[in-house]
Formats: sequence, C-alpha cells, structure tokens
Amino acid sequence: MKVVGTRFAKVDAGPKVTGQATYADDIVLPRTLHCKFLRSPHPHARILSVDASAARRIPGVKAVITGADLPVKFGILPVTQDERALEHEKVRYVGDPIAAVAAVDEEIAAAACDAIRVDYEVLEPVMDIEDALKAPKDERIQDYGGPNNIHKLVALEFGDVDGGFAHADHTREDVFFFQGNTHLPMEQHSAIASYVDGRVTLWSSTQVVHYVHRALAKVLELPMNRIRVVGASHGGGFGGKTDPFAHEIVVCKLAMITGRPVKCTLTREEVFYAHRGRHPVLMWVRSGVKKDGRLTAMHFRTALDGGAYGSYGVASTFYTGALQPVTYDLPAYRFEGCRVFTNKPPCGPKRGHGTPQPRFALELHLEKIAHDLGLDPVEMKRRNFVKPMTRTVNWLRVTSCGLEECTRRVVEASGYATRKRGNGHGMGFAISSYLSGAGTAIYWNDMPHSEVQIKVDRGGVTAYCGAMDIGQGSDSVLAAIVAEELGLEPRDVRLVTADSDSTPIDLGSYSSRVTFMAGNAALEAAKKMRAMLGEAVEAAGKRYEDVSFEEASVLAEARFGTLVTAGSYTPPKIAGPFKGSGVGPSPAYSYSACVVDLDADARTGMVHINKVWIAHDVGRAINPLLVEGQVEGSVYMGVGEALMEEQAFRKGMHKWPSMLEYKSPTFLDVPEIETFIVETIDPEGPYGAKEAGQGPLLPVIPAVNAAVYDALGVWIDETPITPEKIVEALRRKAKGEPARVGPTAFPPIPYPPAIHVEPPPSDAVAAPAAV
Amino acid sequence: MRSQIEREVERVLLRLDVNGEPAELHVPVHKTLLEVLREDMGLTGTKHGCELGECGTCTVLVDGRPELSCLVLPVQVEGRKITTIEGLADGSELDPLQQAFADLGAAQCGYCTPGILLASRALLNENPKPSRDEIREALAGNLCRCTGYVKILEAVELASASPRPRLSAGEGGPAAQPPGRVRAG
Repeated sequence: MKVVGTRFAKVDAGPKVTGQATYADDIVLPRTLHCKFLRSPHPHARILSVDASAARRIPGVKAVITGADLPVKFGILPVTQDERALEHEKVRYVGDPIAAVAAVDEEIAAAACDAIRVDYEVLEPVMDIEDALKAPKDERIQDYGGPNNIHKLVALEFGDVDGGFAHADHTREDVFFFQGNTHLPMEQHSAIASYVDGRVTLWSSTQVVHYVHRALAKVLELPMNRIRVVGASHGGGFGGKTDPFAHEIVVCKLAMITGRPVKCTLTREEVFYAHRGRHPVLMWVRSGVKKDGRLTAMHFRTALDGGAYGSYGVASTFYTGALQPVTYDLPAYRFEGCRVFTNKPPCGPKRGHGTPQPRFALELHLEKIAHDLGLDPVEMKRRNFVKPMTRTVNWLRVTSCGLEECTRRVVEASGYATRKRGNGHGMGFAISSYLSGAGTAIYWNDMPHSEVQIKVDRGGVTAYCGAMDIGQGSDSVLAAIVAEELGLEPRDVRLVTADSDSTPIDLGSYSSRVTFMAGNAALEAAKKMRAMLGEAVEAAGKRYEDVSFEEASVLAEARFGTLVTAGSYTPPKIAGPFKGSGVGPSPAYSYSACVVDLDADARTGMVHINKVWIAHDVGRAINPLLVEGQVEGSVYMGVGEALMEEQAFRKGMHKWPSMLEYKSPTFLDVPEIETFIVETIDPEGPYGAKEAGQGPLLPVIPAVNAAVYDALGVWIDETPITPEKIVEALRRKAKGEPARVGPTAFPPIPYPPAIHVEPPPSDAVAAPAAV
Repeated sequence: MRSQIEREVERVLLRLDVNGEPAELHVPVHKTLLEVLREDMGLTGTKHGCELGECGTCTVLVDGRPELSCLVLPVQVEGRKITTIEGLADGSELDPLQQAFADLGAAQCGYCTPGILLASRALLNENPKPSRDEIREALAGNLCRCTGYVKILEAVELASASPRPRLSAGEGGPAAQPPGRVRAG
C-alpha cells in the first residue's frame, strides 16, 4: 500500500493553519440577525407566565419566540423525546432555555431577553443521586420514569452468577464514584440558518448532521427535503455536539419568521449549560476469584446522575455495564443500572460514553483483588484477558484483540515490573476497550450506517459522504482510502462531506464509528471505481499502472458515460437475543493498555505525572500521524479527568461555568507521552482498521489512581484525585482508619429482577461476518 | 445593565494597522479588538473561546507581542502593528510554524491553532531555539482540547530548526507532501 500506513498531513491542514477554515460563527450572510436566549435562573420551577411585550417593542428586535412557538418535543433517542427548544411549562436546570430573540445585533438581542418578564413558581431542586432516589418534596423533575426521580432501571444477568460466587476462593466488594465533567470544546456551539423559498438551511457546529436534520424536521414540522443541514468546520466536540440543540432549532424557526438569516453562538457560560457531558456515576462492584486470580463471577451496579433530560442517557446507562466482559473473560456477570433525573444540565456522551466510569471502578477493583491475593496486578489481569475471535458472556463478539501485545509493550517500555515504589513515587497499570462504532443506529432501521459516492470526470475525483470531520481527521481517512484504491495522493481527492443536500448518509461522528463505517463505504465505492477505470484502460490495450489517472478517467468516461460509484456499510447483525442487547455490540473493539509514572507529595497532596506509556490496538493505522494525535489527545483528556476536571454544583447553580475556574490541563500539566501503535488487522475494518479516538482515554484515569496508591499507599476511590483528597486519605491512614477517600456505601435502588440470559453457545464464536 | 442598551452608542474613528494594511473604521467605542477584527474587518481567522481572557484562543500580535484580543480595546492599539493569522504567511508562502503544524498534525479541530501559531511566532522571534520547557511556558496561556499539546510542542521545535521554506500553500493544502502528481497505479 502506498498511502495507507504513511504519515501524511491532514487534507484540511492548510485552511486550518492559515485561518481560512470556516467555522459556523465565521459564516456571515447578508442581513444576518443575531439570536440570544433567555434562560432559567432557577434549577427547578414552574413557569406561570411569560410576557415578551416589552422586548418586542425594543427597536432592532425582529422576533421574540417562546415555548408556545415550538411545542413539539424532541430528543436524540426515540424513547426519550423529552426536550423542547423553549420550555413554557417548566424549567429543570439553571440555563434551561425559555425564550429567544432575533435582533439586528447581539447587544439588542441580549437587552430584549432582559426585558422579558417570567413569573415562576419555584420548586425544590433535586441535586444528587441520593435525593433523586427519595420522594420529591415538591414534584418530580420529569413526568416519566420512576419511582421518584428515577429515569431508567436495567437489570441483566448472564450465566450462573450465584454459582460463580459460590465457587470463588475470594470475593471482594468496592464502591467508587466518578465525578461528572464536561467536554469543554474550544469552539462554543454556533449555528446559522437561512430560509429561502420555503427551504431552511442550517450550518452548525454539530457532530451529527443527520440527527439534527431529523430533529429539525420533527420540531419545525417540515419534510426533510425542505431542510438542509451542513456541518461547518468543527471546533471540537468530544461528544458535546452529538445531541440536537435548542439553538439549532430556534435559529431555523426565527429565520422562518423573519425571512432573514439568523445566527446564534453560545457564550462560554452557555456551553456549560448545553453540556451533555460525562455522567457522575456511583458504582458498586463485587467479584469472585480463584486463588490464582481467575474471575468466577462479577456483579456490577451503577447509579448515573443524568441531569434534567434524557439525552443519550438510556444508552449511557447500558454502557456502564456493557464493556466489562470485553476485556476480561467473565464466566458469569450481573449488571444492574439506574439513571436518575436531577436539576442540572443534562448529561450525555463524552469521549468513551458511559464506559470510562465503570472502567475506572473495574480496574481499581481488580487491582485491589490482586493486592488481596498477593498477586501482581498485571499478571492477574492478564490471566483474565479475553481472547481474539470469541463471544463474551453478554454476547458481544470479539474479533481482533491486541490486549496482550498492548500490555507487553507498555509494561516492557516503562519498566513497571522493576519499578521503585513508595516514598511518593509510583506506577500504575490499566487496560481498556472501546467500540469501533455502535452496531445499532439510534433509531431502529435496516438501512446502511454510512454511504459514499465517488464521481470521476476528466482527471478529477470527488468523494461524497455525510461524515462530519470534527478534527479527528475523518476527511483525511476518506481521502486516503479513495487515493489508495485509485493510485493517487490523498490531496488529489476532492471531498464533499457533511451536507444533507449533497452527500449520502453517514450517521455522524460519535461512538468512534467513522473510520470503520465510512471507511468501509469508501473502500467499496473506490474499488468499484477502480474496476471501471481498469476495464476501460484494458479495453484500450493498456495497463492501469502505465497510464495517467487523467487518461484512465477519459477512457472510462468515453466507455461508460458519467462515472459514479457508490458504497455503503451496514454493521453485521451480531446483537444477542435479549432486550437491551442493542447497546454494546460493535463490529470491532479497540484495545488499550497504559502505564503511568508519577510523583505524589505526601505533604501537599500534589501529583506530578512524569510519563505515560500508552499502547493502542487500532487494528491498522491508516495514518499513524493522526492515530498518534488521537491517542495523545485521549491521554491528555484522561489526565484532566483524573486530576482536575469536575462539573460541580452549589445551591442549584453550576459552581464554575468558566474556562478559568473549570480546570483543564495546560501545556504545563501534560506529561511526556510515549505512544505505541499496535496493529491487529481486524477482519472487517477497512484495511483492518479500528477506532482510535476514544479508547485510549479509558485506562489513563485508573492508571493514575493505581500509581497514587503505589506511591503513597492510599486509595482515592473517586475522581478527580485532588490534593485535598490525598492529604485526607493520608491523615486517615495515619490515624489507623481505612486509607482511602471515596464513597462508603451504595444506596438501595429498586432494581427490577434481573432478566436472565444464557451465555452464547460455545459454537457461536466470532465468525467474521461477510462485509 | 444590558437593558440600558437603547441609549445612543458612542462611536469612534479608528485607524488600525492590521497585517501591514492601514484600515479606517467607525465602530462602537466599546467593541473589543477581537470583535472589530472579526465583525468589522472580516478577519474571522481570529477565534474566540471565552471572551474573558481565559483560554488564549483569540491571541493576536501587537508589535510582535502576543495579546488577547478579547481584552484589548482597539483605541489602545492605534498606531501599533497588529498581526492576525491572516498575516502570518508571506503571501502564499507559509510561515515555518504553519508548515510544521500542518506536517506534524498539530492542528486537529484547528480552532485554537491561530492563537497558538501567533503566540509561537512571538516566542520564536524572541528566542529562536527555545527549549521544550520554554515553549511550554510561553504557550501556557493557550488551551487546546484536541492534541494533548504533544504535536504542538514538536511542531514549534521543528519550525525553530527549519529556515523559512519556499513552498506554496496555494492549493489549500499543506505543501510538505510531494507535489500533487496525478498518476495511476
């Protein structure tokens, strides 16, 4: 291969280093109006009345809309259509949108928002998991779910869990808490809409053009063919731009009312309210092991603090239990999950979606079991690693698996086995796995998840795909694959992407799906194009390799007429035969292993990470430069979540909705990172490729934590690992109390009886599906 | 208070030198340099991340020194030389930093990139061979959420080691690859 596997610059690097990339807020259309939102100052309140008459009288104000103008509910998941673009009955968190203004400039729009009078009946807010489980003082946050403020309960059991515990030589229970945190993309969400000749066009900083398109059609009550959604250059998502948002709907509605383009760019404070970030999750885990560390059974309970709306929460809940068996071979597994509503900005998917929290708990739990048994944690985990080409107890199909090699690479490079421990220096080890795309779509259908068209004419080649490049390099992946097949350079391929009018479907940049799914679609389309070109060249008595691309395309166009091909990708149907099996299956899983080396100061509690070794099984690195970039970015974000990032609240209010106070790592905080790319050539990925963008975040957080224990002998069983917690744990240790900081108990939750599922039969191994 | 907006907005006549071009503007006196660059001059390459001086995204150069344009009023910088990302390349010839950022994947989503490029240019002008720690110190006020900073550090080091190349950026792509040879096979 000439392109795949080489380090080439991103195809959009030029515009990005010269300031020419056009992000949504950079788009200026003639006569554009500016939109601002009035948002709730209360975490929980009934709206008694909204009076916008004074706002409408302000010169320069062109339209004011309230909830009555957009009554249709929406939501990313079909089962939780619980949001309105503007609330007119009830507000559920500080920042919930109530009204919107379009005016000739932003300042007038803001002044008009101030002039809107809202009368509230203030209700008691529910701000944490324990309160949400109790009977509400005033009323429930949502009118579905229950009992109390419970949103969703799930309970699944695979294999003989009680028998597994009965056969264990040792069992252990632990409780952990993973604090919520947010994506903090550098670009604030922005959207601009126009309405011309009965057609709406929206340019937005979204990760999911198609899902925004569907939500617009529903709420605006327009056919999809009257709406065009275009993904603008994207200033960072990490999952935070994966829901359809109020501002996207509202600018369309305001454009329809005023007949003028309308733009809304969220302020940084509003970005914290848009959120959809990492769920805070309380976890309880119990495992049984034999003396040699082999797991006999695991029981895992989670309670997710979901915030005020559903968002992706049902999926997030299942994800807190789905992937544990994808790294460790569990003979029996019970999972009970619960998501509650609270009066906070809704939580949703952030890099790793619902899996970093249980990964944190699982890795530390196994680490503690290894200490109980006097085993080396690496060796004990290794004994339980899943094997390639198997099915897990919860029916997930594992194909390629580089867990063993990832572990070997980081353990050898770091010198983990011969490390110096204690006296404030330590190392920690952890592993993880992540999906290469969700195997089922968000709304049930049998259509492909990604489609690519290729057009060739007179020497030019253009690839069309709905995929949205959010900076991870999906455009570059498409270009590389088309270039590889046609014998070109990536920059020879013109791309049209993320435009619902001109590109075929791709479901968007979430669940690490784009390389795998759009890549396979591009590969099919490109192979078909290569075949047409080759046939025409051979018919002219020549060899494809001997002619220029221009000559080949001229010969083929003369022979076949317009040169277009298409390819599509539909994931194999591999979900297990039980309700809830749709969350977890993926056509392939990536694997990561990580070692963290740090110094922790017993006096100040300060942690300084010296180095992170990370190995990632990406299947095949289509562009190693971009894979490294994804891995390094994941490590960075993991370090932030481990040590400082925290979406915290006080008296119903966000504690620090600003970039200064919400701490994230700077250039001075990031350790040296040594990345190992492990290639396992997945049987179904394009050229064997799997995901790289999310998985490598997962092992970093527990590895930091394990290293703190290595250094100081205290467990910090919650995130973030702040100096205060370390000092407190050391104080407890000195007093002879348990040397840990973290939750002490898991609350009683009315989980339903677990649905019992027999493990897959032994012959249901991982036969590769036909692609 | 925002509701006092109805009063007459005071405007000021500004003479700015941006990227070597003199500009005369009549804008509300309270607009920041960031707003004037983006909204009144069409220089949208300068980005905004917080508009409170917290993230470094809106960094421009004033007389070669990095400044947060969201915290600068244009009247403060009249008569001084302002450089934005649009002025970093010499025509279509990329600055070595731009080339290195493209070649090494230092721009992922690219949103923080203009500010970091300008802050890096200010550093290299003052200290042509900075150590890695000096680069970290100089860029500590610029946040990036994509890269983990690793490729940015490598790119600044690469640029500090390379003379200004004579490569074209004309086709919208970086010029580091072999020329776009159209071939089959």
